[in-house]
Amino acid sequence: MASIQFNLNGKPHSADDAIPEMPLLWYLRDSLGMTGTKFGCGMALCGACTVHVNGQSVRACVTPVSSLAGKNVTTIEGLSPDSSHPVQKAWTELDVPQCGYCQSGQIMTAAALLAKKTQPTDADIDEVMRGNICRCGTYQDIRAAIHRAAGILGGKA
Amino acid sequence: MSPVPANQTTKSGFSRRGFLQVGASVTGGFLLGFSLPAGSRLSAQTAAPAIPDARLNAWIHIAPDDQITFMIHKSEMGQGTVTSLSQLLADELECDWGKFRTEFPPVDRAFGPMQGVVGSQSIRTSWIPLRRAGATAREMLIQAAAQTWGVDKSQCRAQSGVVINTATKASLSYGKLAGAAAKLPVPANVALKDPSQYRYIGKSLKRLDTAGKVNGSTQFGIDARLPGLVYAAVARCPVVGGKVVSFDDKRARAFPGVKQIVPISSGVAVVANNTWSAIQASRLLDIKWDEGPNAAVNTPAITKMFADKTLTPGTLCKKVGDVDAGLKSAAQKVEAVYQAPFLAHAPMEPLNCTADVRPNECHIWASTQMQTVVLGTAVQLTGLKPEQIHVHSMYMGGGFGRRATGDFISDAVEISKAIGVPVKATWSREDDIQHDRYRPAALARFSAGLDTDGWPVAWMNRFACPSIQKSSSGQDPRNGLDSTSTEGLDDLEYDIPNFQAEYHWTETGIPVHYWRAVGFTQNTFFAESFLDELAAAGKKDPVELRRRLLAKSPRLLHVLELAAEKSGWGQPLPTGHSHGVAAVFNVGTYSAQVAEISISSGKVRVHRVVAAVDCGHVVNPAIVQQQIRSAIVYGLTAALKGEITLDKGRVQQTNFHQYDMLRIDEMPVVDVYIVPSTESPGGIGEAGVPAIAPAVCNAVFAATGKRIRQLPIRPDQLA
Repeated sequence: MASIQFNLNGKPHSADDAIPEMPLLWYLRDSLGMTGTKFGCGMALCGACTVHVNGQSVRACVTPVSSLAGKNVTTIEGLSPDSSHPVQKAWTELDVPQCGYCQSGQIMTAAALLAKKTQPTDADIDEVMRGNICRCGTYQDIRAAIHRAAGILGGKA
Repeated sequence: MSPVPANQTTKSGFSRRGFLQVGASVTGGFLLGFSLPAGSRLSAQTAAPAIPDARLNAWIHIAPDDQITFMIHKSEMGQGTVTSLSQLLADELECDWGKFRTEFPPVDRAFGPMQGVVGSQSIRTSWIPLRRAGATAREMLIQAAAQTWGVDKSQCRAQSGVVINTATKASLSYGKLAGAAAKLPVPANVALKDPSQYRYIGKSLKRLDTAGKVNGSTQFGIDARLPGLVYAAVARCPVVGGKVVSFDDKRARAFPGVKQIVPISSGVAVVANNTWSAIQASRLLDIKWDEGPNAAVNTPAITKMFADKTLTPGTLCKKVGDVDAGLKSAAQKVEAVYQAPFLAHAPMEPLNCTADVRPNECHIWASTQMQTVVLGTAVQLTGLKPEQIHVHSMYMGGGFGRRATGDFISDAVEISKAIGVPVKATWSREDDIQHDRYRPAALARFSAGLDTDGWPVAWMNRFACPSIQKSSSGQDPRNGLDSTSTEGLDDLEYDIPNFQAEYHWTETGIPVHYWRAVGFTQNTFFAESFLDELAAAGKKDPVELRRRLLAKSPRLLHVLELAAEKSGWGQPLPTGHSHGVAAVFNVGTYSAQVAEISISSGKVRVHRVVAAVDCGHVVNPAIVQQQIRSAIVYGLTAALKGEITLDKGRVQQTNFHQYDMLRIDEMPVVDVYIVPSTESPGGIGEAGVPAIAPAVCNAVFAATGKRIRQLPIRPDQLA
């Protein structure tokens, strides 16, 4: 057990009795009860557990808690306080989710993409989003929603 | 199914308020299993539910403060039931859209003998009962208002959650009337609206379940939390059907976070203070297995068994005319053998269940397609009475048929019963892929005859496939026939004068189950591909051949024509692109798809799919479109990638790197055209699956002259 300090959704957090090797995914879900981040594969193959560490999208299922000391972690719960992030707005406007299970990860990956490229092309979207599986096949809507979010970021109402 | 009398309690006697109280005691204030549209009043409810909601029928409960609750008895796995069932209820009840909340109810016989979501049945089986529930509740509210005012009910009108006295313009809200209304006799045969009066039915209303799915707050089964909860994972025999002989748990016990080791019927469970420790430690168990009767099962042997069987006559499914004479007199004969592999379901939410088994009651939180199966599983394992079992339905992270079983329920129930505390048992993705109940592998042998003009005159088909019914229920197929395994081959919409289909019920030892679109998933690939072979042999355009054979099936003919027209069938395509077509009638719905593909570097790229669908009366067109797109991705994943193989009784694939899914960069543009119709609704969740594989494979033939007779499509089949 160890004490690991990092920022979680903008607030200082001290993981006091964490198992250092425990992946962030399970620390969030089982230790903190933050269940918005989802388990899908455990091997960084599906993207369901995507969170941001220092603004980069990472797979929480293969990110040990011990690697987070001093870093800024953002989960779906901290992306915005009121679903007002442009990606969440676009997702809501276009009714993207079906079962919805993969969507926390999809949204986090898309948000990190838009933070780097405010007007991504279809090729940009493919390159980044191909790491996130959606078994309901919402891909067409995800693509449209990312373009819509880019529009919101660019000032289109 | 008709609405139950308003005063009838549920079989379990477990009302929503009852659940709130029990839920509070069990969860320490956490509320689980609730579906909460935006603007719901969760906080108010948790505070003090003083007066119980009036229960106008099983689906509609109304509180004195006007809060309307719809009980969504068909749980949500993405197919849109929370929204579409609410449309049926709200339209007839005459309440404002969005001014209600929804909830997944407990198991209740009022919702039928098998409460669940399978077979694309939700709208089909709810279309009349839920509109009637809404209309009956509305009439009872009107009657209550008429009695309050001492006027005839013809002087009263329901609108936007109130009843209006048309003479005095006075009004009473549903909340004020509900208590009295619930005590009234339930009127029989209340007239349903004329479709021209629909306010919500037929409209693309926004989904009610989006808000929680974009901020992470939706509670799936895997998100259940309880005070004192422990977490479990199970080490299962790598050979399906094997059993534990003995085990050494020294290394597993030493893993941080591990609390207990518990042998259960599915293997050896590790209980820990978090799921990761449980999964990791389960892999450290040193277990001696009795591998059982499947220890030698392998895929080539299964394929050979199917192939050998289909050389001999099987059980007759259907016979029209004289197929032998038809084949003998044919000017041209075509023969082919097709095969399809086992497939895993792989819903994104790994299987899981949370159970709290106590001496006198058992609570289960699960994302399940079959509440009745969950209840039955718990009764069997705990010895408790059905009324002591409380099933709390959670949102499902995908189902596709996988969540219609009890196997993932029993893990949690057995462990909780053994250790006396609430347990969440989670399957790893490896468990999910290697211990599924699979879409059956199958093989079909065809012979057909064409006349001198190239039109089909005889169709003979012998096919082998395990019985899904046998595997899922233990019952032998009646007279050797199981429609869940034979559908799509046992009969065709196409009019061929001499037709014969024979089925070989063939067990492999590998458990099989319903997989989105069931028998049609492999059988339509076989039939629609072979039909395309007949078109090529007879030098007919594939659409033209189908058009001629569908003269007696006007609705399927119409969607075929629509898909052909909208796709520009027969028009020039970009260089290297080709079209393929397929059509099918399944789950009460007619559909046709045209796929546009190209091939490069040994890979099929699907650019566009045009889908035409006639599913009768549509409740929510946007959700129908979503479901068709979703089904196409599901079927396309199988066509391009899906294969479960066995060696020495072991499934050889473990996780998504070996059992991959279609990704966004492989997603075609899908255009869906819905035929306007006032016919009774058909199913939609599975309707789009069967046609995509043959449409794509037929397009491959158009491009290359290579016939794909085995899925998934491999580079060597294209070269």
